[in-house]
Amino acid sequence: MAGALASSIYQTLIRRNAVYLTSIFVGAFAFEIAFDTSTNKIWDTWNRGRQWKDIKYQYMNKAEEEDED
Amino acid sequence: MLARTVLRSVPFRGAARQSLNKTSSRASSSSAGSESTSSPIHLTVTASIATAVALGSATYLYGQEAFAMTPAEEGLHATQYPWEHAKWNKTFDHAALRRGFQVYREVCASCHSLTRVPWRSFVGVTHTVDEMKAFAEENEYDTEPNDQGEIEKRPGKLSDYIPPPYPNEEAARFANGGALPPDLSLIVKGRHGGCNYIFSLLTGYPDEPPAGAAVQEGMNFNPFFPGTAIAMARVLFDGVVEYEDGTPATTSQMAKDVVEFLNWAAEPEMDDRKKMGFKALTLLTGLFALSVWVKRYKWSPIKTRKVVYSPPVPRR
Repeated sequence: MAGALASSIYQTLIRRNAVYLTSIFVGAFAFEIAFDTSTNKIWDTWNRGRQWKDIKYQYMNKAEEEDED
Repeated sequence: MLARTVLRSVPFRGAARQSLNKTSSRASSSSAGSESTSSPIHLTVTASIATAVALGSATYLYGQEAFAMTPAEEGLHATQYPWEHAKWNKTFDHAALRRGFQVYREVCASCHSLTRVPWRSFVGVTHTVDEMKAFAEENEYDTEPNDQGEIEKRPGKLSDYIPPPYPNEEAARFANGGALPPDLSLIVKGRHGGCNYIFSLLTGYPDEPPAGAAVQEGMNFNPFFPGTAIAMARVLFDGVVEYEDGTPATTSQMAKDVVEFLNWAAEPEMDDRKKMGFKALTLLTGLFALSVWVKRYKWSPIKTRKVVYSPPVPRR
């Protein structure tokens, strides 16, 4: 079972160096995107309502009023 | 010194005797450690007393804190408050930062400077670009010398720093009865107790000084200020500012907001720092688990192997 999986991984990804390098680079980018997205989501859940992006809707429209006075 | 050498000589002799015993019995048994527990009780007691005396004298000599000041000069220790933004996974409450900046502008800024904070640093943190430009333009700054070498005035830009209320230290002292209002840019980092101290100071003014406390002319009593006599009078009263988001402007609310704002001014990188720390901890935990697995994987044949010694059979 594990042997079949390992050999299929070897055959598809590791056997040819170009494919191997490409898969490493693609994997790195994919992991970074997935990791950043998920940790940012957790962070925003912890800090809901505290960050600027949560409160800025109140002030984006008011900018013109404050210019007048 | 004499006592120490006497104490030391006793265990040495015991240890020597033990090692003698061990060498004599090594030939008969290969299992070590069975006889090492048999140290006499008087050796254990002597060694324990010697250790206790050594630790005690070291603590007496080096472990004590020296207090040169009286409690009044030290100031009352600030109360510990459960600051939400001080938790390891919480950012600043940016609505509170915005209110705190309003308190600074309307109350603190008449005496205290905030010279290390530029107008641009508020953009995207507490205010929009247009709001901050409007604030900056209310102030005048010197231009570069023009063709005739004259320095003119221009309205402020986002890249300018918040102007101080006084042109120099002497003017600040002259206007405040000889006392210099400190710059507030790094005040949270620069005072023992940080947020707790500043909050306690701002809200800790009693209505009148307690009986027996001597307060000089032009000074105010505050138990949290080292020396208890502070030149700054109480400035935060209920309703001194009017918050735009409808928060009731009580003394403690304003003090809390302005303290959080000053903490942001001292540590504007805190939100990003905590976020990156959280990410780094998550990632390093995974890598640590991986390294533990690799270690066990590599060591498993070494740990589970059996080394057998088969002595050569003597020829008859």
